[in-house]
Amino acid sequence: MFDLDRWNEIFETIRKNKLRTFLTGLSVASGIFILVVLLGVGEGMRNGISREFEQDASNLIFVWPGVTSKEYKGLNPGRPIQMKNDDYSRILLEHSDKLDKTSSTYQVWSSVVSYGKESGGYRMDGVFPDYQYLENMSLTAGRFINTNDVQNVEKSIVIGYQVKKDLFKEEDPIGKYVELSGINFKVVGVFTDPGGEREEARVVIPITTAQKALGGSNNIGRLYLTLKQEDNFEAAVAASTDFSQQLDKFLKERHSIAPDDNRAININNSLENAKRFYGLMDMIRLFFWGVGVCTIIAGVVGVSNIMLIIVKERTREIGIRKALGAQPLSIVGMILHESIFVTAIAGFIGLIFSLTLLEFIGPAIETQFIYNPTVNFTVALNTVFILVLAGALAGFFPAWRAARIKPIIALRDE
Amino acid sequence: MIEITNLHKSYRMGANSLHVLKGIDFSVADGELVSIMGSSGSGKSTLLNILGMLDEADAGSYVLDGVPIKNLSEKQAAKYRNKFLGFIFQSFNLIGYKSALDNVALPLYYQGHSRSERMDRAMNYLEKVGLADWASHLPNELSGGQKQRVAIARALASDPKVLLADEPTGALDTKTSYEVMDLIQEINDEGRTILVVTHEHDIAQMTKRIVHLKDGVIIEDTKVSQVRAFENV
Repeated sequence: MFDLDRWNEIFETIRKNKLRTFLTGLSVASGIFILVVLLGVGEGMRNGISREFEQDASNLIFVWPGVTSKEYKGLNPGRPIQMKNDDYSRILLEHSDKLDKTSSTYQVWSSVVSYGKESGGYRMDGVFPDYQYLENMSLTAGRFINTNDVQNVEKSIVIGYQVKKDLFKEEDPIGKYVELSGINFKVVGVFTDPGGEREEARVVIPITTAQKALGGSNNIGRLYLTLKQEDNFEAAVAASTDFSQQLDKFLKERHSIAPDDNRAININNSLENAKRFYGLMDMIRLFFWGVGVCTIIAGVVGVSNIMLIIVKERTREIGIRKALGAQPLSIVGMILHESIFVTAIAGFIGLIFSLTLLEFIGPAIETQFIYNPTVNFTVALNTVFILVLAGALAGFFPAWRAARIKPIIALRDE
Repeated sequence: MIEITNLHKSYRMGANSLHVLKGIDFSVADGELVSIMGSSGSGKSTLLNILGMLDEADAGSYVLDGVPIKNLSEKQAAKYRNKFLGFIFQSFNLIGYKSALDNVALPLYYQGHSRSERMDRAMNYLEKVGLADWASHLPNELSGGQKQRVAIARALASDPKVLLADEPTGALDTKTSYEVMDLIQEINDEGRTILVVTHEHDIAQMTKRIVHLKDGVIIEDTKVSQVRAFENV
């Protein structure tokens, strides 16, 4: 392998047979290229979906009531369900050991907020302090609603970044007063939300204030809950599925809803959704792998074909070499050495091209579903290795046969 | 140098067996220049192939320079071919993508000589056949006679005991044929044993001994007075 003369021989044959070498190389390089790009796109899609889920706390359980669709205990269907503060406090009491962040909310879908001459209609949420984490908000200025605000029914308001832009332009809003439904609120913070503009065109106030001042009495609109961290994803999914069912049962009993009425209480379990999406993603990834492996197989078949042709083409030369005293092993070695060298180099060229493409084009891809397509370098490297090995194996048998042919027959080959 | 006794060879062709060599007894002394003649199908090429270890006999014994050639492994055969024999073919059999010099150096590669030594020795033999100026040319840039001379240089490169030439002038015109034969005679003059298979009488007359083969047996084996090729050029 480290015989300089052998290398000389190989470089010479490669130099003199450029087309042959090029074709072998092309099939290997394109195989690797396609595989790596496919894997990269697959990974990118996975990343894209993962990012979609980052918008809210990933283990969020989110409850909103609807309208009953079934008759139960003498109550007619079509009855709207209204959750109360009591529901929330009972849940907290019963499941305090499991729950992590919680907030009930009371919202008004469109309320007029004004500052000076500027005003606009925004969604208003009355919330608990945990809401910040549940919605994955981050603050660009000031603070969020705190426990003090809730307890003392403070007229504090946290405005979305979009609201700040609309009403305050370049002005610093902290400490200023805005008018919400005719009541003055003091701006204590500005938030951004990974959900984007729509989510940032909102204002947030303490739930107690919202219920008192905006006619909510003790009604609540939604529940946001997260469970305590589990050791692994599977356990977390199981715990959250279990909890969702308990919650469903509890709320249905309290509000006299038929146990099989799925319209009255809606529970959105992010983790379960995530699991479903991850399952889908795994399928997509498996599909990409399948396609990639098929590409590699096609590449291997291509290399094998070319190796067969090469050996066929060189039969006479092999005969000559044998007549001049070449031993069978040196013939096999010569052919394999060349094929391994060519496939390895071509494989790495394909690898470098595809990695470069992913590196430079990848970040420029601006779709919702593909984000940061990357590929595991070890996987890519292994693929090249497998292809080289397969190429060598594919080349070995014809080479071995050629080396076994009697020189007299090889020499007769035209 | 070569001792052959009761050599048999048959080829299987489907259900039939074709008995090509039917008991050849034949010996060649050191320094001889022998031509093997016969019509096509007489078995002369088969005999040469067996002598060249390119093919194996079914029965009989073959001793080359005191070494019995029997049941050789591929590896052994390759080693002996490289050590004992130099081949000259009708169709030259040069490697197309190698220069004349590299072609000549190839047997030396399989003998395991260093590159500089190979090039040195190959150049020597090219000079000997008068083609030093053509060393870097590819075979397809050479004329038929030149190609055959490169092939002869290559056959000589490994310094073999015996040169085996299978119709060395078969693809050449008369004038070139005589030039090649002149070269072969010169090499023989230096004491090397050479066997030439041919069906041309004028070529056979340029050797020192003619062996006639017919239907797989030797029917005539006579010494001749050698005609020097250069006189006819």
